[in-house]
Amino acid sequence: MSQLSRDEVAHLADLARIDLDDAELDHLAPQLNVILEAVASIQGVAGADVVPTSHPIPMTNVFREDVVVPGLTPEQALSGAPASEDQKFSVPRILGDEQ
Amino acid sequence: MSTRELVDFDEVVEKFDPAMGLEIHVELNTNTKMFCGCPTAFGAEPNTQVCPTCLGLPGAMPVVNGKAVESAIRIGLALNCEIAEWCRFARKNYFYPDMPKNFQTSQYDEPIAFDGYLDVDVEGETFRIGIERAHMEEDTGKSTHVGGSDGRIHGADYSLVDYNRAGIPLIEIVTKPILGTGDKAPLVAKAYVAAIRDLIVALGVSDARMDQGSIRADVNLSLAPKGSDVLGTRSETKNVNSLRSVERAVRYEMSRHAGILLSGGSVLQETRHFHENDGTTSSGREKSDAEDYRYFPEPDLVPVAPSREWVEQLRATLPENPAKKRARLQQEWGFSDLEMRDTVGAGALDLVEQTVAAGAAPQAARKWWLTELARRANDAGVELAELSVTPAQVAEVQALVDAKTINDKLARQVFDGLLAGEGTPEEIVAARGLAVVSDDGALSAAVDKAIAENPDVADKIRDGKVAAAGALIGSVMKEMRGQADAARVRELILEKLA
Repeated sequence: MSQLSRDEVAHLADLARIDLDDAELDHLAPQLNVILEAVASIQGVAGADVVPTSHPIPMTNVFREDVVVPGLTPEQALSGAPASEDQKFSVPRILGDEQ
Repeated sequence: MSTRELVDFDEVVEKFDPAMGLEIHVELNTNTKMFCGCPTAFGAEPNTQVCPTCLGLPGAMPVVNGKAVESAIRIGLALNCEIAEWCRFARKNYFYPDMPKNFQTSQYDEPIAFDGYLDVDVEGETFRIGIERAHMEEDTGKSTHVGGSDGRIHGADYSLVDYNRAGIPLIEIVTKPILGTGDKAPLVAKAYVAAIRDLIVALGVSDARMDQGSIRADVNLSLAPKGSDVLGTRSETKNVNSLRSVERAVRYEMSRHAGILLSGGSVLQETRHFHENDGTTSSGREKSDAEDYRYFPEPDLVPVAPSREWVEQLRATLPENPAKKRARLQQEWGFSDLEMRDTVGAGALDLVEQTVAAGAAPQAARKWWLTELARRANDAGVELAELSVTPAQVAEVQALVDAKTINDKLARQVFDGLLAGEGTPEEIVAARGLAVVSDDGALSAAVDKAIAENPDVADKIRDGKVAAAGALIGSVMKEMRGQADAARVRELILEKLA
């Protein structure tokens, strides 16, 4: 497992919108590397007969019927929102751009 | 960059080869969302079609809509794609409030359908558009930007979000690079989007309303110097929402790129916004690298592994390819290219087909739908298919004309009756007393009267100028208040003046 550079950690933090200062980067980058090393040692144990999985239960094709089920009322939906207006969630001015 | 001059289109294609890539998002018309049972109706009050899953509340668990997977497979098959034996969903991570989960559930390196093609015709030339992939994902919420001058993001004070649309199933169809289209590039792009729309309509998997955003196109474009086999840097124009706009966006971007390249600059890889009002694009954001989305397999969903039996069952449900169907019908009906184009353009293809199936001659079916009924639909401001006249009724009206019970002019009154809900064509003919007079006695008297009133015309016909009979037919028809068979009237006139 390759080492994670300080720049890569800074980039990841930026993508995750986590504001890290220089001291925190110095502190966290080596810690993340320790975690990666731990994962690497587990990967070393897994033999060729163990297939990678993204789900703990070996299931496929779990589907739902296309039938409407009641959801939340707008009041319920907005109840956890710090601010709302016109029955919509109000969010701070968006920097950047739509995806 | 934006101040560089646009280059005339002819000069662009003289000096550069365009390469395009089109991404089309199709919103499926399932009853419920992709991963939850919320309804998907267009135009509902804000945040009335939401639940913990599509709001991304803690602990909510998504479950895949089987109907959406079925639609995805049918779209894939119609695009001549391979259908994955096994594929997964992935999280596309980004921070933007249109997705409350901070990720969009999509597919990444394991699309459900891949490696297909679609043929499109442009001015008699067929272009085979390679399909890279068609994958399943979910739509985002809808943001309204408050404050600022134009409702766009820049300068907005804050934004309001409605999550009704968040989670509606989308199929994203991505082409392989489209090369070698030259000066036809804008038309090929438009024809491709139109062909996808036709296919989606034929499959019945989406409302396919570009004006409501149920089909949205992103246009990737780059230019390379003529003859070069290295692709240039591309721009991605997002959310181009009409066929005409697709053509204009390609044309504009070609001119813009050429302006940059010819003045020695380099094209920025970025997303751009298309402006419907003047057909231009403006800079959006610099495109993130794919890695920046930190895709990883969605741990809350199990893989989709469509059995080959299911795939073959779905293949058997595919409708005839719309383009092939048009070619077949044109040949069967003996329509000219123009007649066919008008029929398709008027949205009358299926109506004419059903009218013919109900027994009418193709030209007669076309005539009624494209003239009389198109005019009435236009007057009422509705689509042709929304008129309350059915293809079977049109065929019945034509059958009455063929049987000489009514003529074309009376048929129009029958359509009036049909639109007013007065019953079947036969009932309307009876109730309105529309049948042509076949009583030769009454007709004969009217003909005698017309001859007596127009001695000059009668003399001409006696001298062999048969074409003059038209004037007499006109006065007889007037006398009979239109309720006569013009051909029979003509016969009578010629008999009497022989």
